[in-house]
Amino acid sequence: MNLLYFAWVRERIGKDQERVSPPDAVKTISDLGDWLCTRGENYVHALEDRKKIRVALNQVFVSWDQEVFKDDEVAFFPPVTGG
Amino acid sequence: MTVKVQQKDFEASKEVAAMVDGCRNPGAIVTFTGLVRGHEERGKLEALELEHFPGMTEKQLEKVEGEARKRWDLQDCLIIHRHGPLKPKEQIVLVACISAHRSDAFEAASFLMDWLKTEAPFWKKEIYSDGTSWVEAKDADQEKAREWNK
Repeated sequence: MNLLYFAWVRERIGKDQERVSPPDAVKTISDLGDWLCTRGENYVHALEDRKKIRVALNQVFVSWDQEVFKDDEVAFFPPVTGG
Repeated sequence: MTVKVQQKDFEASKEVAAMVDGCRNPGAIVTFTGLVRGHEERGKLEALELEHFPGMTEKQLEKVEGEARKRWDLQDCLIIHRHGPLKPKEQIVLVACISAHRSDAFEAASFLMDWLKTEAPFWKKEIYSDGTSWVEAKDADQEKAREWNK
């Protein structure tokens, strides 16, 4: 699974992307967030307040309860500020 | 009907002239240009760094533009959004809409800007002489974008 991070989520985690192989118990983006948070304080700091994070699955906005599969690309980022 | 995501600057007059050439019966042009403000609450800004999500940005801009074309009678429509480090007074975004009558172009341009604020995956980091801060999304912008769905 390919993960992308943007803006202060990227800064807090300390990287802009990574490939991961989450355990089978990870079914949704919410599960993925929980699993990432077990990997280090930097992930907790970036992802703990889910109201402030938006997620995209394969470049489409989705909610945290969206299902994910191993070939998916998931992006985590703050609410956007375009224009 | 075009969207461009680019680092380089643009010339609104040239872009619009090319659009007019291609229109069958243009009667009204509305353009909006967004600039980097040099003064924010925290003080004098040195630069604004615009980060975006390559690939998704283009898709979102095309989606938003398609929505505008469905809702209003537009002969042409253009969105240019820049990324990278920008100085105060530099141009960030251009929206141009051409229609036969003014109300379509006015409303579509306003709609496009409201939707860009909430749907285009850009993030702005303000650079000051004593540090940096990420621009937070505003509830008022969410509300404006929602208004169009009533």
